[in-house]
Amino acid sequence: MTRYVIRRLLWGALMLLVVCLVTFIIFRVLPPGNPALMRAGRNPTPNSIKSIEHVLGLDKSLPTQFWDYLKNILLHFNFGYSYGSQESVLQLIKERLPATISLTVGAAVLWIVFGVGIGILSALRRHSVTDRTSMGGALLLVSAPEFWLGLVLLYLFSSDIGKIKILPGAGSYTALTSDPWKWFTSLLMPWFVLAAGSAAVFARLIRGNLLEVMDEDYIRTARAKGLPEKRVVRQGVRASINPVVTLMGLEFGILLGGAVLVETVFNIPGVGRLAYQSIVNADFEVIEGTVLLASMFIIAANIAVDILYAYLDPRVRYA
Amino acid sequence: MSSAEPLLRVDDLRVEFHTEDGVVHAVDGITYQVMPGKTLGIVGESGSGKTVASMTVLGLTRYQGAQVSGRILFEGRDLVTLDDEQLRRIRGNEIAMIFQDPLSSLHPLYKVGKQLTEAILTHRDVSKKAARGRAIELLGLVNIPDPANRFDQYPHEFSGGMRQRVMIAMALANEPKLLIADEPTTALDVTVQAQILALMERLQREMGMAIVIITHDLGVVAEMADDIAVMYAGRIVETAPASEVFDSPEHPYTWGLLRSIPRLERDREEALVPIPGTPPSLLRPPSGCRFHPRCVYAQPSHSRIDPALEPLPGAPDHYAACLLEPQLRRGLWSALSAGATPDEAKQSAGYVEESPEGSPVA
Repeated sequence: MTRYVIRRLLWGALMLLVVCLVTFIIFRVLPPGNPALMRAGRNPTPNSIKSIEHVLGLDKSLPTQFWDYLKNILLHFNFGYSYGSQESVLQLIKERLPATISLTVGAAVLWIVFGVGIGILSALRRHSVTDRTSMGGALLLVSAPEFWLGLVLLYLFSSDIGKIKILPGAGSYTALTSDPWKWFTSLLMPWFVLAAGSAAVFARLIRGNLLEVMDEDYIRTARAKGLPEKRVVRQGVRASINPVVTLMGLEFGILLGGAVLVETVFNIPGVGRLAYQSIVNADFEVIEGTVLLASMFIIAANIAVDILYAYLDPRVRYA
Repeated sequence: MSSAEPLLRVDDLRVEFHTEDGVVHAVDGITYQVMPGKTLGIVGESGSGKTVASMTVLGLTRYQGAQVSGRILFEGRDLVTLDDEQLRRIRGNEIAMIFQDPLSSLHPLYKVGKQLTEAILTHRDVSKKAARGRAIELLGLVNIPDPANRFDQYPHEFSGGMRQRVMIAMALANEPKLLIADEPTTALDVTVQAQILALMERLQREMGMAIVIITHDLGVVAEMADDIAVMYAGRIVETAPASEVFDSPEHPYTWGLLRSIPRLERDREEALVPIPGTPPSLLRPPSGCRFHPRCVYAQPSHSRIDPALEPLPGAPDHYAACLLEPQLRRGLWSALSAGATPDEAKQSAGYVEESPEGSPVA
């Protein structure tokens, strides 16, 4: 097991290197815009552009740029500086991390609780009104993009532009440490929007799995033993959770992607919004920093899921 | 049969499933009884309703939306009318069941020991420690070596035969009065099959329980059963003490089953005789005698008349549902058991083909 974890971590590190390279290629080799040009004022002269490129280090050859970038990260844990504000990328991310963690952790809780709960309920009351309503709702939520769902909710419930003014609107994010209640209410809508898609996917998966499992021979055995139906169902749920756990790692990546949109729609000062802004401003080193951070979380989540899986299923052994 | 009260009496049991294609009559009015401590073998092809009938005894078909009518009297209680909770208290306690596929019948994510102890703890008010002791004792009883260590292993660490032993141990945990074994050896290697059957016989002797063994293999019931019921298309077509079924079978379907078993004493040149055709759809069973489309001896009128399961003259324990004259049947079987082909048997027994109108051809 230890050997397995070490191997996975090494693979994870290699993966991050590949992510660095790919991000680098996308934004510097196939650039969406020239950052020097964007910063050279209204009537740029070739000379002023050149001097800005020199300041930003963009006049060096691409391999040298990549090498410098990696060297700074590995030797100095320095992820570079924003072209715009000259602030350290690490600092920028650190400042915005609490908001993003608040958003994603809360959404993940909603996602798991509602996804699993609704899935089980639907399977046990198959073809009932509950089942049909929740599966119909799930289909709707799977299909609704976050930015659309977010805007609809703001239009309906936000205290500024909403029809029913019950929840704080966009831009109302408050840090947990300064006012927990405000933090909670300001995040309710974002949590829901971010969790909706994943929860819906999970509800449908769990429902399908559980329906299948309840037809398994070992469920028949459990009933033949005379176990109370509650316990029989518990054994069914236990078996139907496993395949879904594997998907949790992947779904987590989708969640982080959604966080960029949700933070933008709800104007939450998080890493996702930082990423969005830096893409708009062609702020290469900030983009690279946020992508690297997201990749790190996704890789870690997937390793965690695989390790968890070994504990959940005794038939799985890693070597 | 003796005059004592039967342990289980199934009376005109019918089980239907309402599907999108129509009503499936999986079990269509079967009647049988099992005496305490005795073994009944229910024999038939897949799709004959034998498994559904037995699962219905335990109420397990309720979860599949089955419509059940008739009576299932177990020590005087009608299991058909009991509510779920009352039935649950009987399941695994007074009546236990083991299933065909031991590989999929144990929960893959729980330790074998836990699955055993929960069977005990569900019905007995004992401590966990006592249940553990009993479970280890049971594992030893079904000849699992090193039971104390095996207790903490998962099903995937057991072989198929060992898993069936675990299933048996689980079924016997509460010393049931009746054990229903649905094809207990079908999924196992031949050598393991014999071990499992021997184990079941030994435990039956020691615990004095009755067994209903369901199988498609007459060889399995030959060793164990006191009585045999042959099922075809949701009905019992012949039932008798085991020796009589083997010595003087009455139903052409039973003949077919017997003649498709390989026997060492037979001539190698003599071919096994398969039963032609396939079991009928229970959605739309054939008219008249349900076996007539596959029966070599069927007369045209047999597609119209539905035979009843009736006792044979002179053999009150032997019932058969066949439209052929008893004397003709005896003649046919004595020729067949001597190795004749169906056509030769027909000739020697004086079989006369009816004209389509129903009267014998002159």
